[in-house]
Parts: sequence; structure tokens; C-alpha cells
Amino acid sequence: MDPILLLEKQQIRQDLENFKPGDLVRVYTKSPEGRLQVFEGTVIAIKGSGINRSFTVRKISYGVGVEKVFPLYSPIIDKVEVVRRGKVRRAKLYYLRTKIGKEAKIKEARIKETSINE
Amino acid sequence: MVIKGILARKIGMTQVFDEQGNRVPVTVVKTTGCKVLQKRTVEKDGYNALLLGFEETKESKLNKPLQGFFKKLGMPFYRILKEIRVDKLPDDINVGDDIKVSIFKPGDIVDVTGTSKGKGFAGGVKRWHYGGGGASHGSMFHRAPGSIGASSYPSRVFKGHHFPGRMGGDTVTIKALEIVKVIEEEGLLLIKGAVPGARNSLLIIKDSKKTKKGVRVNE
Repeated sequence: MDPILLLEKQQIRQDLENFKPGDLVRVYTKSPEGRLQVFEGTVIAIKGSGINRSFTVRKISYGVGVEKVFPLYSPIIDKVEVVRRGKVRRAKLYYLRTKIGKEAKIKEARIKETSINE
Repeated sequence: MVIKGILARKIGMTQVFDEQGNRVPVTVVKTTGCKVLQKRTVEKDGYNALLLGFEETKESKLNKPLQGFFKKLGMPFYRILKEIRVDKLPDDINVGDDIKVSIFKPGDIVDVTGTSKGKGFAGGVKRWHYGGGGASHGSMFHRAPGSIGASSYPSRVFKGHHFPGRMGGDTVTIKALEIVKVIEEEGLLLIKGAVPGARNSLLIIKDSKKTKKGVRVNE
């Protein structure tokens, strides 16, 4: 097998919870001092493939939109918690950047419990 | 081992994460190991060096003088022979020894020599970083070489003036690259940053005399 693919496969973490664009997530990252930092917001994009995969989380902080891009398989990510599943019809939710307040709201997805576990 | 030099082939590039979670771009190189074929000494050859063989081949692929050389040694036939110059020949390396990737460890600083990708006949903008002219707004000067010197004096073009021409395919050495990881079982080295050449091209990886800021000094 291609050694590069193999190397990348070794680095891909299996312990992360599945999430999709539109989901409200809490990202726990390890700071250099060893503390856990939490960033809560909506996933507006998942980009890249393999080891290069990253996701963008957007939230409104004190009335200002803040976006953070995390490399998905980075060791600084402790865990990603899904707070709420969102119902969206796009893979990239960049339109949220121009919406505020009620317009920026995402409907909650109704997912059968069984379908998640499958 | 004192001497640190090995032949390898470029596999390609990828990324790894360091402990801080930073992405580190790395080039993956693979080597099947080299064999020491000969020791060149000051007394006999005028300089100290180790002759390394890389990648075994069939006898019929070699010319007569090389066939004789390997038969005399009683060793397998190697496709590629390269010398690694050393200041002093190490006592613990003998003819017939294998040199493996394990001579390097993470954090070592190396120089990597290879043949750069051929670019064909390239213009001045690509080959010598000419500024070029404007693309639009009526500009009639785009990527041409422009002036190549004054008229009455010197009335000639100075030697060595930069012109369009063949680019690439040169021997290029990138100095002071850091070894990120050594995978001994598979003969892989992960070197931080880019190295010259296309995939599958031959590389010479040698211990560097340079040191990098913030990185331990080589003994």
C-alpha cells in the first residue's frame, strides 16, 4: 500500500463523535497549559479529506460573529460534543454569515434514535 | 555511527501533527538501505569517502567493468553507486555493512540533494523572477525580457545576463531540513518541508553542517 495513505490512516482518529453541518457542537480543546477550552457554536462547513479534514464552527459572541477552524484529527481536540442536531439543506452554511437573530436559526433535525445508532 | 549519509527515493508529501497540534508538512522518503561497497582513503584515492550501493539489479543490466567490480567484491549487483565524502573514515563501518534509516533520529538536521523537476524552456518571469508588465489597461508589455543593456556603452550584452532558457533538471541541495520521524521497519524517513525533484526521484540525504534556530546542535 502507498506509504503516504498508510501514514495518514494511522493518524485518523476513530474516537470522535459524528457531526454534520448545521449541528450545534461544543468543541473541547487542550490549551498548552493543559486546561480544557470550550468553543460552542454551529458547524457551518466540513472541508478536506483524509488527514487534511477540518471544520468551521460559528457563534455569535457579544453581538459579533466569531468563526474558528479546527483540524478534525488534531491531537489538541479533546472531544466534540453534539448539543443539537440541525436540519439543513446545504453542505456549507456560509449564508449564515449574512443573517442575524431569528433568520440565522437552524431547525432541529428530527432523527429517529435507531438511525443514529446504526 | 559517525557517518550519516543515505540514498533514498522521494515518495511524496503529507502532513503530521506535532504535540502542540500544529500541522507539520513533511516529505516521505523511502530507502531499501545502502551497502558500503568500498572505502576510499587519502593514501589511495586522495580523499576519504564511502562508496555506497543502492537498489539491487541484475548482472546483465551492468556494463563489464561494473560486473567485474561486484564479482570481485562477491556482493549483489547495485544499480546506483554514490560516494559520501567524510572527513575521517569511521572504524566501525566496514565494506559490506548495511546503512539503514536508523542512522537518523528525529530532530536531526540534514541536507537533501536531488534533481529538480524539469520546466522546459521557461521565460524570464518564471526562470529569473522578472517583474513582467501589466496585463491590461492598454499595456503592451507583458512577460517579455525588456532591456538587456545600454546602447553605445558598453555596446554589448554583459556575460551572465539572465535570459529565458532551459529551467529545472538541475542538482539542487536543500540545507538544514529537520527529520521529523523515522520508521525503521519500512525504511521511511519523514523530513520537514519540501525536497527537490519529482516523486520516485533519487535523493542523497546527508548530515547537515548547518543548524536551525531552536533546534539542537549536531555533534
